[in-house]
Amino acid sequence: MSLLSIEGLTVALPPGGDRPHAIADISLSVDPGEILCVVGESGSGKSITANAMMGLLPKSLPVTSGRIRFEGTDLLALEPEAMRRLRGARIAMIFQEPMTALNPVMRVGDQIAEALRVHGAGRDAARRVPELLAAVNLPDPEALARSYPFRLSGGQRQRVMIAMALALEPALLIADEPTTALDVTTQMQILRLIKEIQSRRGTGVMFVTHDFGVVAEIADRVAVMQHGRIVETGPAKEVLNHPQHPYTRALIAAVPGFPSGEQATAASDARGPMAKDAVLVTRGVEKTYRRGGGWFGKPVTLRAVHDADFTLTRGETLGLVGESGSGKSTLARCIVRLVEPEKGEIAFHGTDLRPLTRIAWKPFRRRIQMVFQDPFASLNPRRTVGDIITEGPMTHGVSRSEALDRARDLLRLVQLDPGAMGRYPHEFSGGQRQRIGIARALAMRPELLIADEPVSALDVSVQAQVLDLLADIRKRLGLTMLFITHDLRVAAQICDRIAVMQRGAIVELGSTAQVFGTPQHAYTKQLLESIPGRGWTPPDLSGTVAA
Amino acid sequence: MDLTRLPGFLAARLAKAAVVILAIVVCNFLLIHAAPGDPASVIAGQSGAADERFLAQLREQFGLDRPLHVQLWIYLKGVLTLDLGFSHRQQLPVWTLIQARLPATLLLTGTAFVFAIVTGVTLGALAARRVGRWADSLITVIALTFYATPLFWIGLMLVLVFSVWLEWLPSFGMSSVGVELHGMAVVLDVAQHLLLPALTLGLFYLAVYARLTRATMLEVADQDFVKTARAKGVPEGRVLRAHVLRNAMLPVITFAGIQAGQLVGGAILVETVFAWPGIGRLAFDALLARDYAVLLGVFFCTSVMVVAFNLVTDLLYAVVDPRVEAVG
Amino acid sequence: MMDFWRRFRRNRGAVVGLCILVLVLLLSATASLLFPDSPWDMAAAPFMPPGEMGMLLGSDSLGRDVAAGIAHGARISLLVGAVSTAAALLIGVTLGAIAGYAGGIVDDALMRFTEFFQTIPSFVFAILLVAIFSPSIGSIVFAIAVVSWPPVARVVRAEVLSLRSREFVQAAEVLGKAPLAILLTDVLPNALSPIIVLSSLMVATAILTESALSFLGLGDPNLMTWGFLIGAGRSVIRIAWWMSVFPGLAIFLTVLALNLVGEGLSDALNPRLARRRA
Repeated sequence: MSLLSIEGLTVALPPGGDRPHAIADISLSVDPGEILCVVGESGSGKSITANAMMGLLPKSLPVTSGRIRFEGTDLLALEPEAMRRLRGARIAMIFQEPMTALNPVMRVGDQIAEALRVHGAGRDAARRVPELLAAVNLPDPEALARSYPFRLSGGQRQRVMIAMALALEPALLIADEPTTALDVTTQMQILRLIKEIQSRRGTGVMFVTHDFGVVAEIADRVAVMQHGRIVETGPAKEVLNHPQHPYTRALIAAVPGFPSGEQATAASDARGPMAKDAVLVTRGVEKTYRRGGGWFGKPVTLRAVHDADFTLTRGETLGLVGESGSGKSTLARCIVRLVEPEKGEIAFHGTDLRPLTRIAWKPFRRRIQMVFQDPFASLNPRRTVGDIITEGPMTHGVSRSEALDRARDLLRLVQLDPGAMGRYPHEFSGGQRQRIGIARALAMRPELLIADEPVSALDVSVQAQVLDLLADIRKRLGLTMLFITHDLRVAAQICDRIAVMQRGAIVELGSTAQVFGTPQHAYTKQLLESIPGRGWTPPDLSGTVAA
Repeated sequence: MDLTRLPGFLAARLAKAAVVILAIVVCNFLLIHAAPGDPASVIAGQSGAADERFLAQLREQFGLDRPLHVQLWIYLKGVLTLDLGFSHRQQLPVWTLIQARLPATLLLTGTAFVFAIVTGVTLGALAARRVGRWADSLITVIALTFYATPLFWIGLMLVLVFSVWLEWLPSFGMSSVGVELHGMAVVLDVAQHLLLPALTLGLFYLAVYARLTRATMLEVADQDFVKTARAKGVPEGRVLRAHVLRNAMLPVITFAGIQAGQLVGGAILVETVFAWPGIGRLAFDALLARDYAVLLGVFFCTSVMVVAFNLVTDLLYAVVDPRVEAVG
Repeated sequence: MMDFWRRFRRNRGAVVGLCILVLVLLLSATASLLFPDSPWDMAAAPFMPPGEMGMLLGSDSLGRDVAAGIAHGARISLLVGAVSTAAALLIGVTLGAIAGYAGGIVDDALMRFTEFFQTIPSFVFAILLVAIFSPSIGSIVFAIAVVSWPPVARVVRAEVLSLRSREFVQAAEVLGKAPLAILLTDVLPNALSPIIVLSSLMVATAILTESALSFLGLGDPNLMTWGFLIGAGRSVIRIAWWMSVFPGLAIFLTVLALNLVGEGLSDALNPRLARRRA
């Protein structure tokens, strides 16, 4: 018998939404010792399914029909108090955002002890808390139990959450995107931890994710969700390698392939010999942040960028890859003077940009442009798309009518209707906004485009479209590009060369083929090993999937 | 904050408080000189200005014929040795006058503050717990009503109802006149006199704290860690107390610090309505007599009270919130 | 704009508040028509209770019409509320925007300055200012503006700081726009909603402060105000309750209306928060 079985679960949305149900007619099951991955893009209803099982849905989202059977009892028929006794004891849950999931004014140990205490196991707390912290591989459990959450890193906090969830040895663990907010190396550690604990204790796991790499890494079975419905379920190998439903096929086709050594070499050879003239050269750029200090405290210093020299030649795309805090974004912002470095030289066609005044910098603004990460924050919500795209050229003296013509052409280039000119950003989806952001940058007719994580806030299918668009534009306009990303799959797909950054320094720089095929630096190797599902090559579905 | 860093934190805050107090003194000094007319007559008070010999003496004392920075220095030295000037009207040093009135004001504001924060937080928490239901609506309406009513008018209406119509409670002063009382009877008598003024002063701030507590509790209740607590099976009552309320108290503490200054200002109005013999009443009398020396003294003293109170709330915050660092 | 009005209308309290506010505005606009005589003139015998001798709301110790006083006082209250708020906004928005945009030492200095004004007991300071510069409508507006700008400065600074790090402001920077242009077209328009909500509450507070000053006898001696009426009624509350009750109600209703409108604005301008409140 299944540990958990959901039959025909339907949750209503408040009236006035784009669909009547958040989830409709969901049926799933999880066996003891099994990992079920529920996959879908944002808005597919995967998180709502997870929360419904915990009885944690807000009042505005009522369950209208269906049953959730767990160890033989129907959870939906339980009294609130009986459900509470199950929560944390028999069914536990971990969440996406480790930074906000712990009470900031309560010690870590107390929060774990609380989980024990509310289920009548408070007597063992003093002994069990350090044990649990040790079990999730946290160093110095005794001291850690006494610290407050803000002292811990994201990965450490997620370990604490897992320790808390496992405190009472639940039969079922629900994990709602538990690694999405984490860096790739930390993500791999957490995935391994969950898998290890699950196989040791025979816990059933329902793992919610949007990432097929993660699915390939840990899933036994998969359920794919779209618009609140399950469109395909099956064993992981089946679904990953022989997807049946068109939506699943489209999603998997959008996953950037991870190149084997030969493929990558072939790809960069195909791009032909590169021109030798350098567009951008950085030498000895340093940026250090100082925080705090005041009258009596010691300031905390952070060397955000140092030892990060590179040369960008005409027409190439250089990927700047690293985890959060590696300094990749700071380096990019130093180049366009959103951040002012203390030292070093940033030579654009031989002119050092760093010492220039604001006025002297201005002509270079036309030639160096930037595309930003967050499609929702990167467009001024109070201006029309037309204004947003034309204001750059007009600032540099282009007449209004010419700027408008240019904007219309560009909207066509980024595959948007020129009728979008008079509308406001909130009327567009994330992917469309990112296209508008690209059009804004291109309106300046730049030579060098700096793209700062331009696809990391997008769903995987939209991500693929934007990447294709960037590749196409780059070829057509002969752009030089600096592409910042934390996602190695994305980097592999679009970059000619890759620079790996760690703690403010470039530790390895080489052609994409070299870096992926024969990585030299230990950190590069670690990064590559941490790509989830690296053993899985997405099947070639081209030709069978409509673009 | 971990408590080993408390001394450093305290030192930083004390230094900051000292700077603020110094700035207030300078501000007072500038006001005397910004006022239209002769600074000496400002210090003496307009209505007491007739006495030319006294004015001459003031000019001598404050060095008013000397350069401005020398005058500032003389003034600073005076204030820092608690010489807040001399009330020509009352023929007494200002500090003596204030000293005599201070306990009554502290009693009034202290009582009102405790009443306001305890009742306000309780009502706000109750409203947040029953959000959208009649108890919430009732509390919200009451809070909004007191929030929109002038303090002095609440005082007058309470006098009208409880003293004039019902004759339950005295309407002015701090103790009954013409009766000899001893022991507990004195305490009771003062308590009776205190009830209406403290209620008047407290009701407005009660409204403020109730609204703030309700709003922050609803905000905190939406946060992830509250969901974590529910997910681990913490009973609802404990979720509210240990997780929501504890975090919602942080802005309340901050706000209590900011509100302190307004509480003192409100005391002037309440003491005027109820003839409560505190420094607020002293300020009102000084206002009628245009006795600026006393007014400036009251401003200085109330400012110091607020700075001291802010110091306490800062420390409290630092103890409650582990994230506070020992920096200004 | 239609959206805004629809969301505003959904908050019933806000609509009631708006109605009250319109009535008060009408009253102040028509005061000279309804009560053509000066509110300082004797109109009846002293201490007439409401309804007698044609005195709708009674007469005061000198036989002046309380209703006329309230109608004429409405003008002064609204005027002082609006003008002092405008002045405080001017100071607060300027200092807050500079502090938030400039950052560094300038920000530090301006924030210490703001903190100082927030620390000192504001009402006591206002009393001192009006007393020293002698009571007049000018000194009252000045005093209220001086004590009420700090919250504006803080809100604007916080907004500017958070907007500054937003990517669309960085994009404007990368496009080469001038700092002032960025501040005026990208930053401030997006900081508008909290400023609008705050200012409706500031008008309410300013009216309360003005009435308190007048109550203490610091009103403009030539102008009839609500606070003055209550102050005059204070010592005779045992014989003429109407002298303090009605002007107080006028203040209460006006301030309540402004607060309700403020909440409605806040709901209409921040739909996300409004839904949470429901």
